Amino acid sequence: MTDVPAPRHIPDRLDKPFSSAIFSWEALLVVVAIAIFAINSFASPYFLDPYSLSDLTFNFTEKGLIAFAMALLIISGEIDLSVAAIIALASTMMGMAVQAGADTPVLVLIGIVVGLGCGAFNGLLVTRLGLPSIVVTIGTMSLFRGIAFIILGDQAYKGYPESFAFFGQGYVWWVVSFELVLFLIAAIIYWFVLHRTSFGRRVFAIGNNPVAAQFSGVRVGRIKFILFCLTGLMSGIASALITSRLGSTRPSIAQGYELEVITMVVLGGVSILGGAGSIVGVVLAALIMGLVTFGLGLLNVPGIVMSIFIGLLLIIVIALPIIWRRLRGGRLA
Amino acid sequence: MSFLKKLMVTAAFSAAMFVNAAYAENVKIALVVKSLGNGFFDAANKGAEEAAKELGDVDIIYTGPTKATAEAQIEVVNSLIAQKVNAIAISANDADALVPVLKKAMERGITVISWDSGVAKEGRQLHLNPSDTGLIGETIIKLAADYLPEGGDVAILSASSTATNQNAWIEAAKKVLPEKFPKIKLVATVYGDDDSAKSTDEAKGLLKSYPNLKAIIAPTTVGVVAAAQVVTDENLIGKVNVTGLALPSEFKKFIDNGASQAVALWNPIDLGYSAVYLAHDLAVKKEEAKPGATLSIGRVGKVTLDDTNSAAMAPPFKFDKSNIEKFSKIY
Repeated sequence: MTDVPAPRHIPDRLDKPFSSAIFSWEALLVVVAIAIFAINSFASPYFLDPYSLSDLTFNFTEKGLIAFAMALLIISGEIDLSVAAIIALASTMMGMAVQAGADTPVLVLIGIVVGLGCGAFNGLLVTRLGLPSIVVTIGTMSLFRGIAFIILGDQAYKGYPESFAFFGQGYVWWVVSFELVLFLIAAIIYWFVLHRTSFGRRVFAIGNNPVAAQFSGVRVGRIKFILFCLTGLMSGIASALITSRLGSTRPSIAQGYELEVITMVVLGGVSILGGAGSIVGVVLAALIMGLVTFGLGLLNVPGIVMSIFIGLLLIIVIALPIIWRRLRGGRLA
Repeated sequence: MSFLKKLMVTAAFSAAMFVNAAYAENVKIALVVKSLGNGFFDAANKGAEEAAKELGDVDIIYTGPTKATAEAQIEVVNSLIAQKVNAIAISANDADALVPVLKKAMERGITVISWDSGVAKEGRQLHLNPSDTGLIGETIIKLAADYLPEGGDVAILSASSTATNQNAWIEAAKKVLPEKFPKIKLVATVYGDDDSAKSTDEAKGLLKSYPNLKAIIAPTTVGVVAAAQVVTDENLIGKVNVTGLALPSEFKKFIDNGASQAVALWNPIDLGYSAVYLAHDLAVKKEEAKPGATLSIGRVGKVTLDDTNSAAMAPPFKFDKSNIEKFSKIY
């Protein structure tokens, strides 16, 4: 293993314009998505049904919302493993508010504010104290969910108001769910922010080389703090959706979601080392994961086989660019 | 509408009807379990298949998530709704979180019953308890007390802290303790999350924290094996008696080596069998699930619904040295 490529942090990625690479990457994802869609249609007579396709979207919308913010965070070279725990804590707080007689708007506000607060807490620890985000968020992952467990124990909060059910169970038009509409709006906003604003350019700059970015006048700490807040905010929104969909809160809510969110981001072509990625890729990855899990579900494939599929998909996706680079490098040398 | 369009629409419709006709021959009953790869649920599936054979026109879809979470189970139920199954019989990971999706299933004309681990009333038409909560609670304490004439400290190693049925049994056990078993002292309740490694750690922790412990009661098939293995490994056979609810085939060696005197369980085969019968009663025979109704569960007999539309199948059954050999071959 002597020909391992040089560590990423030394050169900038000027030699590899990601416009072309990313373009082909997204094209590949589109092909994969269409292929899975076609396979599903042939494999199960129940797949091509508006209600089935609508139910399918619930498999990825909540995780996808978080994946957008997570994509920005990972592009900037950080990570947040506490997102699922933030969901649990925000949901618990909403549950407490229900017991106190709060109505729907207040509940949603509480979910969002708690999420934002948790994100800001992560952000402060990372940017002010300079701690590695993976360590910080492993800690807060236990902390946030721990608080939820202390408050709830083996109990559940229920009795959410009828109008609250709209967020996770409601439909805007025919079979188009509120969650799906929110997912699409968020996709457009995040795409615009990442690919069409100077803020987005700075996120890429930080991910490629934080020191260079700092010396170029980019306020690295502040931007990273904002990204952590955004991830917390999206987790808070997702919390409101999941709580509404389940109609109840238990401290074990959304267990294991953080890995599925990160899987989505990485599958979407975001470099886990930071500095590269696109929102379109993340949207496609979310769709692909929804298609795979729902399609296999229709065939009553056991969950463990589903995990194997997702795992293989992820490994292939991570390995492909590296193999590609090696092949190209070999040809050049 | 052009001719071509008309033709296409007609073709699509007839194709759809053909598909429906082809798949509408047998009644599809989905047996949804908390998680796959669990001996108890595999045994229930055996019973379900037996019932399907007796009823003749039934196909069983045996399914469940890999992770025992409500969210994963919701995805499973969604895919069953899409497959337009006739009935869903579910052992739920969460009594409340499954309610919205099961309501949706009922709205789309699917019969929904819960069995083993129940769903809140509004999320199912009826619930089949394997036994009576009070009886199970009493049985698990009695299993320990029978071999402790002098009394002593006991501890409970449960599944996850959110498991509906385990919590109900423990609650019932605590209720009977002061009146019926005054010499037995329950010193701790810990949670192994139905995970072998975590259950092992929790069992070790119990033995360390309570040196006078006389019995570990694990009302979960995963926890009881972990606890018995720990007692065997730490040479505490004869000092600490492991008991609770166990699958005879998994647990036989611990009855044989003396780590446990006796365990109990209802018959999961009968449970899966009865659940399918009940689902069939409602979905095909169009029987109504209402308080006081008496429904047939084939060879197991009949059940009567109480005012929450719940029914109890049978009391738990005790396995000890005298009969473990025989039952370990069954499940």
